[in-house]
Amino acid sequence: MEPLFVFHIGPAFDTFVNWLKDNFEPFFDAIKTILDTGITGIESALMFIPGIVLIILFALLAWKVASKGVAIFTFLGLLLINGMELWPETMETLALVITSALIALILGIPLGILASRNKTFDRIMRPVLDFMQTMPAFVYLIPAVLFFSLGKVPGAVATIIFSMPPVVRLTNLAIRQVPTDVVEAAKSFGSTSNQMLFKVELPIALPTILAGINQTIMLALSMVVISAMIGSGGLGRMVLKGIQEYRIGLGFEGGVAVVILAMVLDRITQALGDTSN
Amino acid sequence: MAKIEVNNVFKVFGSNPKKVFPLIEKGLSKEEILEKTGNTIGVNDVSFKVNQGEMFVVMGLSGSGKSTLIRCLNRLIEPTKGDVLIDGENVATADKEKLREIRRKKMAMVFQNFALFPHRTVASNVEYGLEIQGVEPDKRKNKAYEALDLVGLKGYEESMPDELSGGMQQRVGLARALANDPDILLMDEAFSALDPLIRKEMQDELLDLQDKMHKTIVFITHDLDEALKLGDRIVIMKDGAVVQIGTAEEILTEPADEYVREFVQDVDRSKVVTAESIMRKPDALISSKDGPRMAVRKMKEEELSSVYVTDRHRKLKGVVRIEDTMELISDGKKSLDEIIIEDVPTTSPDTPIIDLLPKAKDSEYPIAVVDENEKLLGIIVRASIILGIVGEEE
Repeated sequence: MEPLFVFHIGPAFDTFVNWLKDNFEPFFDAIKTILDTGITGIESALMFIPGIVLIILFALLAWKVASKGVAIFTFLGLLLINGMELWPETMETLALVITSALIALILGIPLGILASRNKTFDRIMRPVLDFMQTMPAFVYLIPAVLFFSLGKVPGAVATIIFSMPPVVRLTNLAIRQVPTDVVEAAKSFGSTSNQMLFKVELPIALPTILAGINQTIMLALSMVVISAMIGSGGLGRMVLKGIQEYRIGLGFEGGVAVVILAMVLDRITQALGDTSN
Repeated sequence: MAKIEVNNVFKVFGSNPKKVFPLIEKGLSKEEILEKTGNTIGVNDVSFKVNQGEMFVVMGLSGSGKSTLIRCLNRLIEPTKGDVLIDGENVATADKEKLREIRRKKMAMVFQNFALFPHRTVASNVEYGLEIQGVEPDKRKNKAYEALDLVGLKGYEESMPDELSGGMQQRVGLARALANDPDILLMDEAFSALDPLIRKEMQDELLDLQDKMHKTIVFITHDLDEALKLGDRIVIMKDGAVVQIGTAEEILTEPADEYVREFVQDVDRSKVVTAESIMRKPDALISSKDGPRMAVRKMKEEELSSVYVTDRHRKLKGVVRIEDTMELISDGKKSLDEIIIEDVPTTSPDTPIIDLLPKAKDSEYPIAVVDENEKLLGIIVRASIILGIVGEEE
């Protein structure tokens, strides 16, 4: 069918991205340096510790915060990854997830708090979050590459954007769900707004915020895998290699490693939420 | 000076509250104003004074604006117009700092559904008010433990709120308010969420505590019995406005309008109406310096078989019976003293009727109402007790 009128918004976006690139080069360079340092730092730390030690540490952590079952699963699962000779790739992925998720949380939780306090800000945030969350993940990769070229940094940037919405939304929701009369009680005793936030609202909201943190970590993991397409390495690269070279077995192994990592991260972070409840 | 003075307070909910005032002046009703402007009037021109140490009850059905009103006192809700003076200081115009200071030092609130902090232990709930004022941990812990002891929760200090029953949770709420040692307690339907037995227990305890503490209490309730039981004075609200302010008895005996009359018609008057309001002047009364002949004449005049005797200062001495008096005359004696029966039923003027019933049943004489100096104020015959209960004037 002939369109009623032709109107592309793509070129405008092109122009916008190019303008950003031309005018904010130092800014993007700074971000790049920071992210790069973070990622490599965590990565080398994870690689420095012998695999088996790390596996035991993870299992112990799972035991402490979750349960014996989760601890056993963690131990066996990670052992399997190690056995499939995917350990370095898994640590690369984990480092990227940790960095991205951490930054997403550092930015996202305050944004959520702000949105819970300010109606106008909440109204502005909402469509922005919708955009961040529903825009197909691959689309982030293109401008990320443009600003940060190929590698781990654009992967981290795309991951931060993609994984931030849940923690913003749930922090906002969690604080709004603190019972009115409890907030009134805190007010009636003469709390300042900081006392209200840190002594009453955040502690009561914590379980829901932790659910948001869990979601953010999960989304970060899924995006980190996709970002292998722009050269961020890790387990995603194994999956991609499997597809490109038609090596089904390799792709499957990479996929299983992602699933194990996801489940371990999920169970541990979810248990954190349950214990605080 | 009144402890709390509320002057012409309005609260209008809606987008343009200012539009409402000219319409109120024109005399439009709440419904008409809602229809015309989309604004709801929560509190409509309320004024009252609460004295130091008084238990002031605000009574109204849901939607009467009573909860909005109490929140205007500490500005959990901003009054649209009007003044709220606490010790002469206007809360309504206080800046942020001042308001916080007033909330911290002057008044504390107890909530209907307890509103405890679920993540804090009982003691640390109670400490909260002191904690945010920067009181040292040891000191505030001591105060919290004291307050919990006062409300009968010794031993539960380190429990979590959700481990306690409703009644106990509200005790925590009360202790939390008391720990700050405020002059004023605001109690918003504080006992409404409790079951009837516990509620009664809490009411009694509040009255006991109040005897010791003499706080100024503003107590909100939708329960008339509770209002009558607790209130030194009661204000009845309807549609955001005050219908009547008065003591329990004034409200029962002189309802301001049909609304209040209907409201109070089912009340158990025997618990509220006091001896003072049903006693009558002891017309048959003689002084002990009068002789037996004087006594007989008085009894014949009033067609009575006995008469109360007082001394010169109207201090009650007892009662004499007509047959004893006649005997005294025939024996030729002049002093009534030997025939005065001293064992007569007495009561204080503020005793409710219900407590007079046993006395009235066991005694053949009318009940003597005496003040703390044994001065005779009046007498109560059985008929007046019955009339007092059904609420009819003699």
